[in-house]
Amino acid sequence: MASRSGGRGHGRGQLTFNMEAVGIGKGDALPPPTLQPSPLFPPLEFRPVPLPSGEEGEYVLALKQELRGAMRQLPYFIRPAVPKRDWRRLPRELKIRVRKLQKERITILLPKRPPKTTEDKEETIQKLETLEKKEEEVTSEEDEEKEEEEEKEEEEEEEYDEEEHEEETDYIMSYFDNGEDFGGDSDDNMDEAIY
Amino acid sequence: MTQAEIKLCSLLLQEHFGEIVEKIGVHLIRTGSQPLRVIADDTGTSLDQVKKALCVLVQHNLVSYQVHKRGVVEYEAQCSRVLRILRYPRYIYTTKTLYSDTGELIVEELLLNGKLTMSAVVKKVADRLTETMEDGKTMDYAEVSNTFVRLVDTHFVQRCPSVPTTENSDPGPPPPAPTLVINEKDMYLVPKLSLIGKGKRRRSSDEDAAGEPKAKRPKHTTDNKEPIPDDGIYWQANLDRFHQHFRDQAIVSAVANRMDQTSSEIVRTMLRMSEITTSSSAPFTQPLSSNEIFRSLPVGYNISKQVLDQYLTLLADDPLEFVGKSGDSGGGMYVINLHKALASLATATLESVVQERFGSRCARIFRLVLQKKHIEQKQVEDFAMIPAKEAKDMLYKMLSENFMSLQEIPKTPDHAPSRTFYLYTVNILSAARMLLHRCYKSIANLIERRQFETKENKRLLEKSQRVEAIIASMQATGAEDAQLQEIEEMITAPERQQLETLKRNVNKLDASEIQVDETIFLLESYIECTMKRQ
Repeated sequence: MASRSGGRGHGRGQLTFNMEAVGIGKGDALPPPTLQPSPLFPPLEFRPVPLPSGEEGEYVLALKQELRGAMRQLPYFIRPAVPKRDWRRLPRELKIRVRKLQKERITILLPKRPPKTTEDKEETIQKLETLEKKEEEVTSEEDEEKEEEEEKEEEEEEEYDEEEHEEETDYIMSYFDNGEDFGGDSDDNMDEAIY
Repeated sequence: MTQAEIKLCSLLLQEHFGEIVEKIGVHLIRTGSQPLRVIADDTGTSLDQVKKALCVLVQHNLVSYQVHKRGVVEYEAQCSRVLRILRYPRYIYTTKTLYSDTGELIVEELLLNGKLTMSAVVKKVADRLTETMEDGKTMDYAEVSNTFVRLVDTHFVQRCPSVPTTENSDPGPPPPAPTLVINEKDMYLVPKLSLIGKGKRRRSSDEDAAGEPKAKRPKHTTDNKEPIPDDGIYWQANLDRFHQHFRDQAIVSAVANRMDQTSSEIVRTMLRMSEITTSSSAPFTQPLSSNEIFRSLPVGYNISKQVLDQYLTLLADDPLEFVGKSGDSGGGMYVINLHKALASLATATLESVVQERFGSRCARIFRLVLQKKHIEQKQVEDFAMIPAKEAKDMLYKMLSENFMSLQEIPKTPDHAPSRTFYLYTVNILSAARMLLHRCYKSIANLIERRQFETKENKRLLEKSQRVEAIIASMQATGAEDAQLQEIEEMITAPERQQLETLKRNVNKLDASEIQVDETIFLLESYIECTMKRQ
């Protein structure tokens, strides 16, 4: 640092090599200073040679484009899967597949499941799945799906547990809820027979 | 792997195999060999996706695997093999010139699918050829098989390494990955298959295939149940052989440009005779005697023995040294100097690039420096007969672009610049490397620009595709001309203009890619053979 500032004081403008050897003689004008960054595409001095045309060139060109298109159609072209949606923001009924595994609930709910209602559930689930054909299903994911379907059914069962119990008895639970209402209603109509 | 190469590989993989394969492939190219779990963790993709991508890459010979100690399988990507995807159209076209449409389709199927069994190839090609033939005619499997065997005989198609058939001497658990072996003798051995059948059209079902209605169909279903006779024997395209062919072509056309047609034919004959006897990386071919060459000349050429000898002497004396004389027995033993020929071709490429980029005066200076090996600045002005200022300017321009380099020779031990000789020199190997790197960058730019152009006009392209589909379906159901006219007018005239411009630009960009790939081939061959020599 000291030597540099010292050098700047005296002997300023002297270069370490002979300027004439490089080609800038004494008294020659230096090239103009550069005030802006060089242009993005430097101007072409010489136009490029034309591309080879003719039968061979066109055939190879057509081949190339065809190959590109063909390779997109082959099974080797893997398309990225559709991203997962944020289910908190959408109505619950649109949820087809539940990503969380709820294996612990299976054993508790299985004995309570009547056969008739599960069939309905399976049908609706499958119908909704065919409607939502956007997601391309992978074979391994299909196995996961089947597992998740069962889990989904079980989860739904848990949510609609009340209704199931109610459907068993063919009447809505609230109908028999408070014995007082039932008795109170009938007190007004003593004339009619009570069946 | 330079950044430019990695970028180009990434673009190629993405265009041909999709983004997931691209991500995995580029990761492997960057980081070297890695096991499966590490790849999944590093790239953040799910294990299933990684497995699928690796399957595709291994199928296409872009990634190889190896079992390491403790049973871990590591995958390694071959960057140079990925770059060959650019050359696929050239391989297919070459096969077409040599073996016509059948051969072309065979090689195309092999390249598109990576590896295939012979029966699968024959079936696919026969079906495709039948599609293009007139109604009622079908392609016989036997013809396709014959072409396949011819391709194998000339080594354009080779067998893939296969699972070794070991008798179960070690009753341990099977290894996690098979170690595939290939015997040199077996590489071009075609199994004895009797493939009987004809190609089938896709939509024909029973109507078109006259004479083979119901009798064929049960046979077709039983074919699926029978075990395929050549199960496990897979074939792939032998890219090295194609490269050898391209190199021969380049040498022959160079001789034709420099001398005349006859001498190029002589050189072509010599190369053809040494096709299978010389390995692709040999520095020169086996010596061939003048008598042999005379006997093997193509039938059309009626030149006398003396004329042939004169031509050979001329070729051997040429300063380019494509052909060399190695002895006098048998009327003169001649060899073709393959490495020298490649070096000349690479040098010619460099000269041509300098000429097109900087002008013919620069090219003159470049050739002068090449000739003199080391030359001072003052001497350049004198020898090239160019004014001093221009000469200096051009020298520095070429120096800054790394076509030339400076060699310092100090006069005094303190290396004082005023007392040092500065000599300009051209190091062909490093200049070739620099140019090759620029080529990779150019192709990457071309591909990006093409993708950009296509994306800009995506809406218009989709619209035109829809209109074409509508017109096609209407024509199939028989519509009037007026209706077709109406549909065609859905695309306005300026839109049509835009589409025309787009098509022209995309074609130009594609043709440029093919052209740059030819330069890449020459430079890579030269660099490879020079590195082998050292």
